[in-house]
Amino acid sequence: MQDRIGTSAPRREAASKVSGRSIYTDDAPSYETLYGVTVRSTVPHARIRKIHFAPDLPLDEFTIVSADDLPGPNVVASICEDQPCLASSKVNHVEEAILLIAHPDRYLAERARQSVCIEYDPLPAVFNPALSTHAFKTCNISKGLPTQAFANAPHIIEGTYTTGAQEQLYIEPQSIDAAFLNNTLTIWGSMQCPYFIQKALDRVFPFPSRVIQMETGGGFGGKEDYPSILAIHAGLLSWKSGKPVKMIYSRGEDMAATTKRHPAIVKHRTAVDAQGRLLAMEVDILLDGGAYATLSPVVLSRAAIHATGCYFCPDIQIEARAVATNHPPHGAFRGFGVPQVNFALERHMDVIAASLRIDPVTIRRRNFLQQGQRTATGQVLHESVPLQELLDRALLESSYESKSGLGIAASLHGAGFTGSGERYLQSVACLERTAEGKIRVLVSSTEFGQGTNTILSQIVADELQLPLDDIEIVQPDTSIVPDSGPTVASRTAMIVGNLLADAARQLKSPGVNKASAKYVPPHGIAFDEATFTGDAYATFSWAVNIAELDIDQSTGQTKLKDFVAVQDAGKIINPTLAAGQIEGGVAQGIGFALMEEVTYEEGRVWNQRMANYTIPTAADLPPIRVFFLNSDASQAKGLGELPMNAPAPAIANALSRQLGTNFNHLPITPEKILKCDRSR
Amino acid sequence: MRQIPVTVNGTEHLIEAWPMERLLDLLRRNLGLTGTKEGCGEGECGACAILFNGQLVNSCLIPAAQSAGSTIVTIEGLEDSRLKQAFIDTGGSQCGFCTPGMILASHVLLESNENPSELEIREALAGNLCRCTGFTKIIEAVRKARL
Repeated sequence: MQDRIGTSAPRREAASKVSGRSIYTDDAPSYETLYGVTVRSTVPHARIRKIHFAPDLPLDEFTIVSADDLPGPNVVASICEDQPCLASSKVNHVEEAILLIAHPDRYLAERARQSVCIEYDPLPAVFNPALSTHAFKTCNISKGLPTQAFANAPHIIEGTYTTGAQEQLYIEPQSIDAAFLNNTLTIWGSMQCPYFIQKALDRVFPFPSRVIQMETGGGFGGKEDYPSILAIHAGLLSWKSGKPVKMIYSRGEDMAATTKRHPAIVKHRTAVDAQGRLLAMEVDILLDGGAYATLSPVVLSRAAIHATGCYFCPDIQIEARAVATNHPPHGAFRGFGVPQVNFALERHMDVIAASLRIDPVTIRRRNFLQQGQRTATGQVLHESVPLQELLDRALLESSYESKSGLGIAASLHGAGFTGSGERYLQSVACLERTAEGKIRVLVSSTEFGQGTNTILSQIVADELQLPLDDIEIVQPDTSIVPDSGPTVASRTAMIVGNLLADAARQLKSPGVNKASAKYVPPHGIAFDEATFTGDAYATFSWAVNIAELDIDQSTGQTKLKDFVAVQDAGKIINPTLAAGQIEGGVAQGIGFALMEEVTYEEGRVWNQRMANYTIPTAADLPPIRVFFLNSDASQAKGLGELPMNAPAPAIANALSRQLGTNFNHLPITPEKILKCDRSR
Repeated sequence: MRQIPVTVNGTEHLIEAWPMERLLDLLRRNLGLTGTKEGCGEGECGACAILFNGQLVNSCLIPAAQSAGSTIVTIEGLEDSRLKQAFIDTGGSQCGFCTPGMILASHVLLESNENPSELEIREALAGNLCRCTGFTKIIEAVRKARL
């Protein structure tokens, strides 16, 4: 039957998507709507001296909101309370929001925006994270006695690896509609986390609000926290004007102003024996957080915990910090700090192998984590660790032994929130039986392309032995659905899926028409946030990737010929959707490896267009071949972010091998290939 | 303002518009055909692709004045249930925002080439950006629709 777990039920909203009937935020009919625009800082760090409006602007026709208008605290609720909704006296990055303007005519709103002139008193700006004097968070992980191990080590190998800012580039830009009516603010929008927005609105507005997710055209982390500030902005304009307000970012504004993947500098110093066994590791991680903390503290902790990746090492010292600069804030993007540290680590493994004249397969086999061993945080891996099998399969599928110049990388990804995060979230999921005998699923988990609606329906249908058509997913609306946590961190299938299965079991009892389930932490799992020791994640997913490529020596172009991605993400609920997640993640990883880099000039995004920030097209990508091992396991694990972690180092390793050099900085553009030093 | 006569999905319309308004906006706002999406507004992403006198074009780049007298097909009017079904069956649509443009581009390819190779499919779709799928399942959908 097509509705059960393990079968490729078609995406539930696919028919409306392929016919153009799906309603995204900008598609909803609007009546007497104002169009909202944002006046932003043009300088990276300055005091605001004076704001001028053009003398010919009929100010009374426009709704204008400044920091002085806020009905509550001028703060975007997040981990730290450091980001204002609107800058009042000082700006800390280019594109920081200063004023909001709305008008019934979108062209006039835009003209008004362009006519505002702001005088600044410039302040010194910091763009190099190494020169920053303010850390949003530091995070140290210690295991064993690395100093002693280094003193006795036969070989010590060092390397520095850097990655740039990467843009999520969801195809639907950030979009929010707001309506303030009867003392209630309603927000409709493109988003991942309705309750994050709810929390942010509740902090600013002294009246009730409600958040409704519309069909969402991609997120990849970019719609995790950014929609909160945009919803506040649209809400402010609607509250002040008394009219519905629409705020749809242009692509240029979206690329220039919204959060991106943190640029990272990762340094490795590793003690190894003659066989390439890891004896001790020191890892130093520096993330450029941008001007405000947003999600940097939790991106950093995930990065630090994943810094030693799939490898066992007895003695480890990891020092990580996310610092403030005057760049626009960096934030969540699929992988959440792991793509940066895994690029560093997997490149470093190849560097170690080359310097000891060991091949890349052997060095990995000798050091892969095994069941029962302890990770950097001291977490004992109780479950099976299938890295050897994943590597075997990847070697087989890629015909590795009969070819040369292929690149390998492994990765792991912890599913769910880091450390005690899931305990704090206390997620809830509900089910209701309707009068017609259908089952309504009430969760705040959002569908933005990953397949949430379909897999959650399958889990419920499977438990209740009902056809999929009898399961109805309620549109996420904070006035209706409980808080089942944000749709992030590869947590939905595992955490929310388990809650729904639990609720479905309750619904099987006679006379029960409503059921809810609340997250209960698994037994024997504990993490100490102060010392960064213990069980960082309830479970890990694992992957091995192999890239095969050709280099055009005259143009420096890399042509990928084949890409093999083998993973263990536990039970696979829907094989087609799961493979789609891996293929899409690999494609973003290929972009990260070869072409994508947000370029800053004095704190301003220089390439804020799809014409000069290029992502892989159909013509750039190879066939991406996906294989799941242990897909009939008893539990689903996270898989959304896993495929983002290994493609870039696999490609960098292939290029480095083929050209006899070390590509330790991403992206590896044709220019870098033409200029590379092949003297290694 | 000018009266712009256009035939959209088989129906004749007289649309009142400024000459330099974008055809994309006429379709979405004046005619309510919101299946045509705006991803970049500068002809890079292909989310706003339509059939314009039988040719695949980005409607964000066509001024209203130039569309006078044209025959337009949008995703809502595209009669190619086999191709749409193939996108459903293979998982070729994820977030769905690029899907209307992607299906129109695939349709144009299959109209001119009944049996395209993988390379020909990849080249034909290179003007339509998808950030979700990595294109593997989109290419499968086009292959499936041609059989």
